[in-house]
Amino acid sequence: MQVQTRVDIHSEWGIVAARQAGRKLAKEIGFGSVDQARITTAISELARNIYLYANQGEISIEEVASAGKRGMKVVASDRGPGIKDVRSVMEDGFTTSGGLGAGLPGVKRLMDDFDIDSEEEEGTTIISIKWLR
Amino acid sequence: MHPSIKESILEKKDEIVEQWLEEIEQFRYEDYLQNISDSVYRSTNREFVDKIFETVDLCSDDVYERISQYSERLIQLGWPLNYITRGLQSFRQITVETLSNTGDNYCYDIEFYQEIESWIDNLINALVSDYSGSWENTVFSQKMALKELSAPLIPVFDEICVMPLIGTIDSERAKLIMENLLEGVIENRAQVVLIDITGVPVVDTMVAHHIIQAAEAVRLVGAECILVGIRPEIAQTVVNLGIDLGKFSTKSTLKKGMATALKMTDREIVDLASK
Ligand SMILES: Nc1ncnc2c1ncn2[C@@H]1O[C@H](COP(=O)(O)OP(=O)(O)OP(=O)(O)O)[C@@H](O)[C@H]1O
Ligand SMILES: [Mg+2]
Repeated sequence: MQVQTRVDIHSEWGIVAARQAGRKLAKEIGFGSVDQARITTAISELARNIYLYANQGEISIEEVASAGKRGMKVVASDRGPGIKDVRSVMEDGFTTSGGLGAGLPGVKRLMDDFDIDSEEEEGTTIISIKWLR
Repeated sequence: MHPSIKESILEKKDEIVEQWLEEIEQFRYEDYLQNISDSVYRSTNREFVDKIFETVDLCSDDVYERISQYSERLIQLGWPLNYITRGLQSFRQITVETLSNTGDNYCYDIEFYQEIESWIDNLINALVSDYSGSWENTVFSQKMALKELSAPLIPVFDEICVMPLIGTIDSERAKLIMENLLEGVIENRAQVVLIDITGVPVVDTMVAHHIIQAAEAVRLVGAECILVGIRPEIAQTVVNLGIDLGKFSTKSTLKKGMATALKMTDREIVDLASK
């Protein structure tokens, strides 16, 4: 049952495809419309960051279960330039691209679990989970 | 093509055709061609195999020319490209097999295979290029059509315009929204623009950023923006993202936004019957 869906991100169409796959799975798992929107928006942020800063990478989504809870896991990974200072990118308003700088801190608030692993010149992997309640 | 090879191919034509027509029947059910009537199906296959034989000793340029009218018809009929490439591959296989069975000496020649390969490859190339050309045309015209309905600015009352946004906003569309908004505001001498995002599936930081920038630009040309059609779940995600939309006015529905816009331009809607 635990199937993983991967979407390649190398153009803006990939962002849309990842979002659509995410919304579909969130609905299947049984998330309500607000959480569906939260998950979809989080995927959109992660996918767009991949497209903007790493050029390409992938989003994979799957259903997870732990200690009687069910949830949806979203993993964004790329082999792009990585993030030098992880702490500062998690601050609201930090941006290197003239954006709002709201993406990553926003994803952390939209989802329940959030874990970022980034190595300069190696790439970035962000794992986040939303739990069903 | 070497004359003796061509001669043997033509000699075996009937045998090859018969085998091929039989073989290709199998693909029909896998390739979504069930909706095509038997007679059209048979005659198209017939014509297909005749075309193949017609091109037996043409050079690649002539192949393109000879095949283009026929491929146009196939495209219109909705014949899948997959069916055609598989058909040509099986044709090649049958031809090689049939000729090998004659036991003639040339069959052991590498040249023999190369001739047949290049004959069929030319055909595949010509058909694939026609098909992809037609897809590119389709994609191009759909893109144009999409662009046209991308971000219309509709004047609804004197000084009031509405821009309904429907569908995903990518960076190209965001640019168009900005352009149409500014041009339209000036052209229509609008005082108030209502941007309706009811039909936008996801409002992420990029979309929000573009809307904020558009609203600021509209203010610079002397008008005001009201953001309407904010669904409850969108309101929540925007708050979660930490985006502050407090700087400009927002209304949940277009109807409420319109009432505000009228008030801002010193007007109101009155019910004549109740007077
Ligand atoms: N996958 C990534 N690889 C490299 N750098 C990244 C990646 N994702 C984010 N960053 C860096 O982190 C910064 C903050 O990202 P965040 O998504 O929070 O804001 P933003 O993309 O700049 O603007 P917004 O998302 O609000 O439009 C980015 O400006 C970029 O420098
Ligand atoms: Mg971002």
